[in-house]
Parts: sequence; structure tokens; C-alpha cells
Amino acid sequence: MNGGAKTGAGVLRLENVEKTFVLHLRGGARLPVVAGVSLGVDAGECVALDGPSGTGKSSILKMIFGNYRVDCGQILLRENGGWTDITTSGPRDILRLRRNVLGYVSQFLRVIPRVSCLDLVAASAREGGMPAPAALERARELLSRLNLPERLWGLPPATFSGGEQQRVNIACGFASYRPVMLLDEPTASLDVANSGAVIDLINECKSRGSAILGIFHDPQIRARAASRIVDVRAFAQGSQQHA
Amino acid sequence: MTGEESPILSAQGLSKFYGSRVACDNIDIEIYPGEVLAIAGESGSGKSTLLNLLSTQAEPSSGTLVYRGRDGSPIDLRTLPEARRRHLLRTEWGFVRQDARDGLRMNVSAGGNVGERLMAIGWRNYAAIREEASGWLQRVEIETGRIDDKPDVFSGGMRQRLQIARNMVTKPRLVFMDEPTGGLDVSVQARLLDLLRGLVAEHRLAAVIVTHDLAVARLLSHRISIMKDGQIVETGLTDQVLDDPAHPYSQLLVSSVLQV
Repeated sequence: MNGGAKTGAGVLRLENVEKTFVLHLRGGARLPVVAGVSLGVDAGECVALDGPSGTGKSSILKMIFGNYRVDCGQILLRENGGWTDITTSGPRDILRLRRNVLGYVSQFLRVIPRVSCLDLVAASAREGGMPAPAALERARELLSRLNLPERLWGLPPATFSGGEQQRVNIACGFASYRPVMLLDEPTASLDVANSGAVIDLINECKSRGSAILGIFHDPQIRARAASRIVDVRAFAQGSQQHA
Repeated sequence: MTGEESPILSAQGLSKFYGSRVACDNIDIEIYPGEVLAIAGESGSGKSTLLNLLSTQAEPSSGTLVYRGRDGSPIDLRTLPEARRRHLLRTEWGFVRQDARDGLRMNVSAGGNVGERLMAIGWRNYAAIREEASGWLQRVEIETGRIDDKPDVFSGGMRQRLQIARNMVTKPRLVFMDEPTGGLDVSVQARLLDLLRGLVAEHRLAAVIVTHDLAVARLLSHRISIMKDGQIVETGLTDQVLDDPAHPYSQLLVSSVLQV
């Protein structure tokens, strides 16, 4: 087994994180997600979460991003030399962490009506503090590296294919540098060439010092991107007692 | 930037009773500069009453309401003399109503609707007013050729965009919006939402948006408060409340929409 929390000067640390959904519309039914999640990610490494679907991989990423609440435990992010616990941070602090520390590439693009994909990617770059001309340049670079035909750049991605939308989404996610990157199946629905482009982007982030925590369905891609693998089955609720 | 850390508007214990009926019950709310707060809930939940209380359109039965002005000084809105309150409304606030006919002067030209707000804050040069109004019509995608038309010949979406131009021309710091996309066709809504999203980000507006549409809240707001029976049952980061709602009523509301 793996997933030890005792890492050195990490930038992301989860300590004993637990999550259960309570479904009030189903008579308060409890849907256990994970328990006892402890892991750390260092600067410059890419850790892959592995395990069958439904074992809470995406939920772990969403808790780190502040998208899901946490019932107990800590999620610590390195910020300005100190540690910030996102599980006890208020909305404005979470938004600050997302601006300065946390990047997230989800499986699906949330389309904004009428905004062209070039503007969408450039806006993501500006959010990370890049000046407008540089942000536009970065957006062009990413869209061409991800082989999105230039004739599509000026169009809103609502009518794009799944793979095209996913590439716009990835371009947004990698538009600006973040010390911590969360990747939820970034290469799902991509062909080999585009998967390769994503792996290059991941490796660039690593060499710039990002700590990356990702979910990669394809074992070959996982092997090429990840420096270390954590099996989330260790975090199934109830498994701790038997471990 | 200490001003960044102080709320632009804060309400504490705000209540409104109509006889024995409670429309708003002991509401605490803070809004920060550059932040968009959505107030969501079904009709009758008290969200419009709350908006009216926050924007001083209605008098609360109890509670405090403090606004931090452009110069950083706190202003007690409940004891503010009427003349100063009206001045504040004109110079620092905006109000976008669901029915544009309530927010526009229907018998005054589009240019006049925008321009008279400038005159109200002291602009006197006709050419400058017309130029500024024309610029704002373009900004909200109304052809400048329509500047002398009255809004009663405009479509619903155009009227709503005109209302936004009328509000934005005085560069408000805080804007209240009551179902700004309500009653519009979906394609018209998208155009309006895109416009609002751009304006809010570009001008670092603080805004309170009342909506029953969780997709609108998701697109526009940073934080959301869910209201039921005059109370805020859950409040927090918008995507957190919508993706991991904790209160039974929030769960019901989120699960009742097709996709947000």
C-alpha cells in the first residue's frame, strides 16, 4: 500500500479527510465517500489517484478545490510560506486560493454562452495575473499545441465536439501557472496526439514546480505522467479498521 | 488596500413583518467590493423583500444596515436623511428591475433614458451627454441609430439592456438586480448574462442578484444564499452550495432542476 502522509516540504497535504453525503430527500440516507484520506504532494511531482470508479477519486479532488465540503480532517495548501486549511476557509479565501494556488481541470467544459474559446482561454490566463496581451498569446499557443483548428478559435465552444470542448477546457486549466494542479481525467475522449500534448503540458508544470494530483483512466498515460500512484481503495469508509 | 477587506454593505438581524406574517426573518448579510451575491429561492421565499430592504426600497421592521461609501466611511442607511439617501441611489447604486418598464421611462428616448442619469449627477454639456449615452448603448449592443427611439418600440431583451446601460452610465459601485433575465427568451437571456458577466468583472461591481434560476446564479455569482420562508437556510461559495448542498431545502432546490 501507499499514500503515506509523511512527506517533506510538500505544497499539498491531506490529513485524515472524511466525507459522507447525507441525502435529506432520501430520509437522511448516508452515502459514504471516503475516510482517513492522508496524502501529500511535493512540488514538481505528479501523483495519480487510482482505483475503480465510484471509490471517491473525483470527490477527493473536489474537496481539495473547495467544491465539496469535508466532514473532518484537514486539507492544507502551501501559501506564502505558511499553510492554509481550505476546509475551514470562507468563500472569499477559497476564491483567493483558486486565483493564486489551485488550478483544476475538470472532465467537462462549462460553456459560457457567446464567449469565444480564444477569449475563454485568455480570460483564464488573466485570472492568474497575466497581462491581457500575454494572456492572448498564451491562449493562441495552447490552442495550437492542442491542435484545435484555428477557424474554431473565434467561436463559442457550445457546438464543438466532446473532444474539442475537452481541449478548450484543458487550455483553460493550463493557461496560467498554479503551484497546485488538480486534473480529473484530462485525457478522457482525446486521441493519442492530443493526449501526448497534455502529457507535455503536465511535464512542463512539473518542471516549473507545480504539485499535481490527477486521475488518469488510461494506464499508459498514467505511467507517462505520474511519478507516484496512490490507491484510493485504502480510503474506502470502513477499510481503515481492517487495514 | 484595507478597503478591500471591509464589506461594502452589511446587514445584521434584518427583519420585515407584514402584520403577523414574517417576510424576512433576522437576516445577516455582507457584500464585499467586486463580489456578486445571488439570493435564490422560490417565489414567496422573501428574496425580493430582502432585496428591497437591502436597497432601501422598503423599511425594515428591525435590524441594522450599513453601507461603506466611496470615501470608506460607514453610512447608517436606516438613519440617513432622505436627500442624502436619494443622492446615494443616484451616484453610487444601481437597480435593475425584472420588468424593464419599471426601471425605464417609457416615453423618453433611449438616449434620454441614459442621459438623464448623467444630468442627475451634474452633467450639463449636451454633446458630452449624448456621446456618453451613445457609447453605453453600443456597449449594451443597441445600435446607435436607435438612440432617438423610445423603449416602447424595443423588444424585451433590448429594453433590459437599455435598463442596464441607464444604470451603468453613472459608474455605480453596488447594483441590485431583481430577476434580471426573468421573462426573456433563452437566447436573449444568454446575451444578457454574458453582458452582465463582463460588466461585473470589468467594473469590479458589487452586486446582489435575486433569482430563482440556479444556472443564472452559477454563471454570475461568487456566493449564494438560499432562502426559504423568510430565512436564509444555507449560504456559501456558489459552486459548493450547488454541488454539495447541505440543507434539505437546498438539496430539494438543486435536485429539482434539470441541470445547473
